[in-house]
Amino acid sequence: MLRRLPHVDRVGIEERAALLGKRSIKTTAKAQGIRLAVSMVDLTTLEGQDTPGKVRNLCAKGVCPDPHAPEVPSVAAICVYPALVPTAVAALQGTGVRTASVSTGFPSGQTSLAVKIGETEETVAAGAEEIDMVISREAFLSGDDARVQEEIVRVKEACGDAHLKVILETSELGSLDHVRHASMLAMEAGADFIKTSTGKSTSGATPEVTLVMLEAIRDFTQRTGRVVGMKAAGGVSNTKAALHRLVLAKETLGDEWLTPDRFRIGASSLLNDLLMQHAKLESGRYGRSEDFSTE
Amino acid sequence: MAATDTPRTSLTWDYAPAPESADHVRLRDSYDLFVGGDWVAPTDGHRVPSINPATEEPIAQVAFGGEHDVAAAVAAARAAQPAWAALSGLERGKYVFRIARLIQERARELSVVESLDGGKPIREARDIDVPLAAAHFFHYAGWADKVSYALGGRASQPYGVVGQIVPWNFPLLMAAWKLAPAIACGNTAVLKPAETTPLTALLLAEICQEAELPPGVVNIVPGDGATGVALVGSDVDKIAFTGSTAVGKGIQAALAGTNTGLTLELGGKSANIVFEDAALDQAVEGIVQGIFFNQGHVCCAGSRLLVQESVADLVIRKLWDRMELLRVGDPLDKNTDVGAINSAAQLARIEALVDVGEAEGAHRQTVACELPERGFWFAPTLFTDVAPAHRVAVEEIFGPVLTVLTFRTQAEAIEKANDSAYGLAAGVWTDKGAKAFEVARALRAGVVWQNTYNHFDPTAAFGGYKESGFGREGGAAGVRPYVRVA
Repeated sequence: MLRRLPHVDRVGIEERAALLGKRSIKTTAKAQGIRLAVSMVDLTTLEGQDTPGKVRNLCAKGVCPDPHAPEVPSVAAICVYPALVPTAVAALQGTGVRTASVSTGFPSGQTSLAVKIGETEETVAAGAEEIDMVISREAFLSGDDARVQEEIVRVKEACGDAHLKVILETSELGSLDHVRHASMLAMEAGADFIKTSTGKSTSGATPEVTLVMLEAIRDFTQRTGRVVGMKAAGGVSNTKAALHRLVLAKETLGDEWLTPDRFRIGASSLLNDLLMQHAKLESGRYGRSEDFSTE
Repeated sequence: MAATDTPRTSLTWDYAPAPESADHVRLRDSYDLFVGGDWVAPTDGHRVPSINPATEEPIAQVAFGGEHDVAAAVAAARAAQPAWAALSGLERGKYVFRIARLIQERARELSVVESLDGGKPIREARDIDVPLAAAHFFHYAGWADKVSYALGGRASQPYGVVGQIVPWNFPLLMAAWKLAPAIACGNTAVLKPAETTPLTALLLAEICQEAELPPGVVNIVPGDGATGVALVGSDVDKIAFTGSTAVGKGIQAALAGTNTGLTLELGGKSANIVFEDAALDQAVEGIVQGIFFNQGHVCCAGSRLLVQESVADLVIRKLWDRMELLRVGDPLDKNTDVGAINSAAQLARIEALVDVGEAEGAHRQTVACELPERGFWFAPTLFTDVAPAHRVAVEEIFGPVLTVLTFRTQAEAIEKANDSAYGLAAGVWTDKGAKAFEVARALRAGVVWQNTYNHFDPTAAFGGYKESGFGREGGAAGVRPYVRVA
């Protein structure tokens, strides 16, 4: 298959991303932005040592992040490994917080398509409402775009009503041209969201990668009319970084993307920094990290 | 739900006002002339308020020099010149270095005053004007004891006393471009800042005092055109002028037949050429940066967009979407992208030329942004369906107004880009390296940016072809205009 890569200028992307990082978000805009960011968090635990107890604690935290500040919303979803989906589903029943799970041989994706489909079907059957799949970097880097797309199409079918986020694992793609190209492949194949990273690789949702993917979404949505969401995951660990991502979305796609339906932030440690910064705006002083439960 | 057409929650996330504080700025109520290291009252000049173009409020009274005042400043420079030139380059360099350091120390104050006095966004003053001004002094501090290396090993003498006239678009930065190489090479200087933006040059005078620069090495005489005429007609050895082509021609005529040196950095109608194989999203950023940077008050602004016809519709749509995101308003707000037009007179010139563009039949689109009631404002504007013969395609507008022309082939792009009385700068956007260099070589422009625009660096020479002037500023080439080679 002939691959026609689009042109992305790395220097230009870096400049634009840096410029938007200079937006000064203060006072009411900061408080609003923080609450918005909380509502977009996919609160995530993806560790070998995860247990039902740990996941239940995390679900409680996600439903009510700051018991002292009722104006702080719930997070968007709790993201766990497939084995823990039933635990999360039970804990989140009736809360409005959704259960998300990774699938398709996460994080490397080095399993057969049959296994990927089977894993996805099983995870959806267990109650996951959102599936975060990984693309096959093996296929992408060897130039087999057709197989990358075929896998996404088949996993999307396996998802049924569950929504599909396609993880590009951008740090393994080698260039911003590839990030843009993989974004387009994923959207053409039916992704509901495109997502930067697994959080298991060397880097994640850098401002540059986030901007390239947002531009791809804008162009795809303008061309096809189909809305695709964005999930920035990996490395968004403090409030400043989260607000920077929101600015990137606002000034690339517009305010319509500033909703958990269209923008997510995959995170674990970010949430408490958001809560601490929010409390600081209310009280005028910085709290202690001990003021907020870690899970 | 995942991505849906009807968002579950929808809100408008507006950035709250984020004004840079001006409380730390300590401006005097009134400024005298800076002559011979002291502040002196004008003898035959007068005092004029400097206006904040974003509010029309006066900021401070400024003395404008008359003919006698200019002569006194030139005499002070003349008196100081032999001792200054006799200092070793190393010692002169230390003074220049000290000025650079003091600019850095007072960067915040200089940024705010630049924004107040000229209307430019604080982000640009803070991140571009002031750091670059310091960088120019640092750069020429390094050249002070290496002048012959900039001249291929030849010996040279400083000109003597140089008269320098700078424009209102980058007041401090243009003063730095002029003063740093001049004094590094052993000249003394009389600088005339622009009539609408004299304040940062006057702060620079304070900095010269703090740096204990010998009296008379730098003299600063604010004024209007009459002061400039007096300076051109005075006993200086060289004039360096940055400003409009019309005034530059007048200066050249006035100096014809004299032994007074001259360099001119004048207007432009620079072509920004976007090929179909460019990274288009980044090209759009470059177009925006090229024309809306500093409200388009940039001599090298990419004011003539030449876009390949095969991607013209796409680029124009992307450009318009991007223009609608520009944040126009309070220059002191840290989130402002486009500030105030520098003066009522400049606003009138922009409005007049835009009216001409409409009358000529070009299609005008202006961003429907809310503009403050007071002050001088012009919303970002785009002209499409423009013919190369239209005045808006030919004349420098010097405002946030972009003219779009199309081309079909590389040869046509080069021909159209060069079809101008000016030749200051150009931009080339393509992902193909060979094409970028071929086109750059064929362009008659002093600066050619590849896949970027309006980037400045003290190590790079800047200057024009044709009616954009002669002489170079910046880098080793910037030494040459301030010495007579033996």
